[in-house]
Amino acid sequence: MTLLKHKPLREELTSDQQLRRTTLKAMLGFGVASLVPFGIWQWVKSQPQVNGIPAPLRTLLNTNEKIANVYFSPTHLAPTYPANRAANPPRTNGMDGLHTPVVQDGYQLTIEQPGRKPMTVSIDDLKKLPKHDLIFDFKCVEGWSQIQHWGGVKFADFVAKYGLGTRSGNAPSANNLDDFYKYVGMETPDGGYYVGLDMPSALHPQTMLAFEMNGNPITPAHGAPIRLIIPVKYGVKNLKRIGTIRFADERPRDFWAERGYDYHVGL
Amino acid sequence: MPRIVHKHPLAIRWFHWINFPILFVMIWSGLLIYWAYDPYKIQVGNTVLLQFFPDSFYKALGVPFQLAKGQSWHFVFQWLFILNGLLYIGYTFISGEWRLLLPNRHSFREAWLVVLHDLHIRKTAPPQTKYNAAQRIAYSAIMVMGVGSALTGYAIYKPTQLNWLTWLMGGYETARVLHFALTIGYVLFFGIHIFQVILAGWHNFQSMITGFEKKDDLTETQTPA
Repeated sequence: MTLLKHKPLREELTSDQQLRRTTLKAMLGFGVASLVPFGIWQWVKSQPQVNGIPAPLRTLLNTNEKIANVYFSPTHLAPTYPANRAANPPRTNGMDGLHTPVVQDGYQLTIEQPGRKPMTVSIDDLKKLPKHDLIFDFKCVEGWSQIQHWGGVKFADFVAKYGLGTRSGNAPSANNLDDFYKYVGMETPDGGYYVGLDMPSALHPQTMLAFEMNGNPITPAHGAPIRLIIPVKYGVKNLKRIGTIRFADERPRDFWAERGYDYHVGL
Repeated sequence: MPRIVHKHPLAIRWFHWINFPILFVMIWSGLLIYWAYDPYKIQVGNTVLLQFFPDSFYKALGVPFQLAKGQSWHFVFQWLFILNGLLYIGYTFISGEWRLLLPNRHSFREAWLVVLHDLHIRKTAPPQTKYNAAQRIAYSAIMVMGVGSALTGYAIYKPTQLNWLTWLMGGYETARVLHFALTIGYVLFFGIHIFQVILAGWHNFQSMITGFEKKDDLTETQTPA
């Protein structure tokens, strides 16, 4: 209707014509605009995959991590419960990294730091640190949660005692957090399962190297003889049967982050 | 002579239509996440009335084994949902549109009359301005539900760092149930909304795009959705 040879001036349009024109324009605009979300969808899906998800989503998940770090504080604690509310036995949900039998006698943790010789720490030595119990609501990335009772030593106490995790090699100090490596990675002895943790989460006061559950030694299926318990993360980061602890400034590899999950999964 | 009634401000129309694909992505990705742990059902005694959801439902929609994908979309698009929602709420209250939206002291009684009218039990509907009483309640509820989704969502997203919020939302498990129930609420709302829009006719639908509605005479009998 706008293809008339002698296009009438705007003033000459009847109100009905004006109305039709405005309506048509709006409807056309709406039609075109409605393609935009579809275009965004297609574009995201067409981007190269980074560890199992499209690159733009991976980038934004990493941005979410930065946002979460703004309000992260070691004073924010996971709520705790009386011991009688803990599940016994706690649920198991994965055996990656645990497929070989474990030899508990003389079991040693291997510690690796850049530019330094690896060192080993025996479980017996580790147990000389102050023991803590933690009864908290363990949360799986799948959505379920369960109150569980773990006992062990704080990871922060562990690095303090052995002078681990600092670039200078000096004893770690709460006054000099910048001296810490940015990340710590942990792996099972067979390398079948591995996690990467940001240092603030690892040093959170509720993060522990656990050797007891419900007051008894941890069973092999739960990660004997020593496992990680880290309430500021989903269960996927709570690595069972720690073999190696490795400090680094680059992100350590992470089993589930390689399979499409967020790397941070901070709670 | 047709009469032009200006109905929806431009900002409201943008927020409404932008919300549509965002909420779609949130519900779809939420379903992918929910699948990984899906214990909810409606049960009376030992009889399960409604299972959320049967395997056939998941299979038909291609849901299974996409938890990681669901989370990546959900945790990215949450920001757009929150941003658009805040703009909508902010605009509604700053512009004064809230006067036409929020229920007033007559709304709860009148809403019942509107329902009776819509069900063809009553011949006349109560007089209304932009929205009738039932619409005021429904659309205001949707606004509150949006806030609820964001708050319960954050309660289960950061239950340690924001443990006060998780506590406020009734705890981790309760917050997850509420978050899910609100989503079911959107789906129910959507169904009724679409039905009412179809009943109200083309001119009413068009007004959500153009902003105005053309009335052919001065009678005001329609109940727009």
